Amino acid sequence: MKRRYTISVFTENFIGILSRITLIFTRRGINIDGFTASESREEGIYRITIEVNTTEEQVIQLSRQIEKIIDVIKAFYYIDDEMVFQEIALYKIPIESIDAGLEMVIRQYNAKIISAEKGFVVIEMTGHKKDTQDLLEVLKGFNVLEFVRSGRVAVAKPMVSIDKYL
Amino acid sequence: MNDSQIRGAEIVIKSLVAENAKFIFGYPGGAIMPVYDALYDYMDQIQHILTRHEQGAIHAAQGYARVSGKVGVCLATSGPGATNLITGMADALIDSTPLVCITGQVLSHLLGTDAFQETDVVGISMPATKWNIQVRRVEDIAPAIAKGFHIARSGRPGPVLIDITKDAQVALGDFNYVPCLNIRSYRPYPKVPDSVIDEAAALINSAQRPYLLYGQGVVLGKAESQLKAFLDKTGIPAACTLLGTGALSEDYPNYVGKLGMHGNYAPNLLTNKCDVLISIGMRFDDRVTGDVKRYAKQAKVIHLELDPTEIDKIVKADVPVLGDCKVSLEKLIEKVEKKEHPEWIKQFRVLEAEEKRVVVGNDLSPTKIGLTMGEVIRHINEFKADDAILVTDVGQHQMVAWRYFEYKTTRTQITSGGLGTMGFALPAALGAQLHDYDREVICVVGDGGIQMTIQELGTIMQTKAPVKVVLLNNNFLGMVRQWQQLFFDKRYSFTELDNPDFIKIAEGYNFKVQKVDERADLRQAVAEMFVHHGPYFLEVKVEKEDNVFPMIATGSSVEEIRLR
Repeated sequence: MKRRYTISVFTENFIGILSRITLIFTRRGINIDGFTASESREEGIYRITIEVNTTEEQVIQLSRQIEKIIDVIKAFYYIDDEMVFQEIALYKIPIESIDAGLEMVIRQYNAKIISAEKGFVVIEMTGHKKDTQDLLEVLKGFNVLEFVRSGRVAVAKPMVSIDKYL
Repeated sequence: MNDSQIRGAEIVIKSLVAENAKFIFGYPGGAIMPVYDALYDYMDQIQHILTRHEQGAIHAAQGYARVSGKVGVCLATSGPGATNLITGMADALIDSTPLVCITGQVLSHLLGTDAFQETDVVGISMPATKWNIQVRRVEDIAPAIAKGFHIARSGRPGPVLIDITKDAQVALGDFNYVPCLNIRSYRPYPKVPDSVIDEAAALINSAQRPYLLYGQGVVLGKAESQLKAFLDKTGIPAACTLLGTGALSEDYPNYVGKLGMHGNYAPNLLTNKCDVLISIGMRFDDRVTGDVKRYAKQAKVIHLELDPTEIDKIVKADVPVLGDCKVSLEKLIEKVEKKEHPEWIKQFRVLEAEEKRVVVGNDLSPTKIGLTMGEVIRHINEFKADDAILVTDVGQHQMVAWRYFEYKTTRTQITSGGLGTMGFALPAALGAQLHDYDREVICVVGDGGIQMTIQELGTIMQTKAPVKVVLLNNNFLGMVRQWQQLFFDKRYSFTELDNPDFIKIAEGYNFKVQKVDERADLRQAVAEMFVHHGPYFLEVKVEKEDNVFPMIATGSSVEEIRLR
């Protein structure tokens, strides 16, 4: 049965590591739905968060193959219930669309205006994909000029630390 | 800068010497010239073999590595030199062969600008290497080579590529070689937990029809004597994969033959009759399993394996024994009961007799007019030494030679298994021979494959390596033709070859030559080949349209193996 998995990868900071990881997905023809990379708590260790819709059997294989990459320290995989995760979305709205209705929407969705430029404002919202997608649908009534959403950042609920793998 | 500093190019060579590399297989060119210049002063410490093509260099390094157990070293220039190594890297990756390939790269300020002979070899080789790196600073050269050797040879071995920009080769730096022993993100030898050993031993002890399959992991893990001791005690019948062949002598009483598409009848068929299947250092290749949905479904599977990605990849293991198989086997030997399985082994022998009657007799002692590949191998067996090395290419001759060559010792079967690279044999045989000029190296090759790397006859000439080349010539790409006959309605689309006069070519390269087209001359010709000291080329004209049997057709189950 296919479901959403998040693979959390801890790596050394090594040129080419992202290519090596994505190759594992392309080779099996699996689409990556979200991909983020950042430094972890440990200096010099990076963590990559990959979202993928697949079977448990396959996510086990993928995680093992990622872990086999020399500069990968550890790869964990989780279902959504095992993670706390967030995504950020930005919406660009023309000045002319601003009215009382927009204020209502921003309050209702707990979004905020982070920048006002000549001719447009940028609204930011963080949340799960469903929430930011809902807001997009509503804002389409206000003439969205641009929309972008990040991949998820996530921390795991199980208390495993990367320390024991170093 | 001080007086003790040396150029990066010299650091490359000194690092290879520090790693005890005896040979470099390579080909010079613009971006690697500083390293070749440095090599000029080290010819007494390391031997460079100039092949005729970079693909020849890497296959020679593979042949050397497979026979010696050491890391094979390749050297090539940027661009086409580097890309010509790719097939060999892919081959070494899938067959777990330790290699360190060093390529020159354009000046670092030209990277990404489409400079002359620039190619992104790190990008191209990524899926074909265990690890790769580009070095742009002289101080990073020795650490990269040290790391590369460690990664290539440890755990499940594989190829490594180190791409060094020309400016790093000519810059001055200090040389202080520190071997790499540990990388924190890389754990090549998972520890074998005792609980798993107990579980495996209990399953083996309770088995009525246990069956053991061994692959190249036994050879790579140097666990041949442990395998034998385990079999001595348990009395379990054992069969080998293509690359595991030789880990156990074929004289061993409980050896029952070879697995796979063109393996033996009994070992394939009875895979679906055993109750416990013990697989050691093998990866259930589709050429071994046939239709995996109908493969050993009745059996509990114990999988001894070093590489975690192989566990459950194709066949689900009931008891995965992750770790070094030498260690696992030693622990298992303590825990298993002394047993014999005469009735079960008899089942193998009955089917073996059937295969002998239907297939083997006609292959080895044919009554028809045309020569068979099998009878050539029979005569080779008659004269070869016990530790003779057989190097084969890819195709019908590979399967026939593998089926009939009598393997007595380990590391005597050198072939391109996983990738099936035509053109592998001739350069690989050279590499195998260089490891030891006193060992017999027999290169059995087809008329298709030899023409993919035939230029390496020149390297054999130059090194005077006494390789015995046996060309089995059927004027066809025989294996493809066999498939066309069986599965494509005899539509022989582009498989028949108009061949050159191979004897003249070999003579041109100073080989002692002999050509046989009649059975009456065959035995004598093979005998002469074995007494000759020096490169030898024997061409045997074999039957044009022979097929290799037994055969498990693609998509069939192991129990549907055909004898004809």
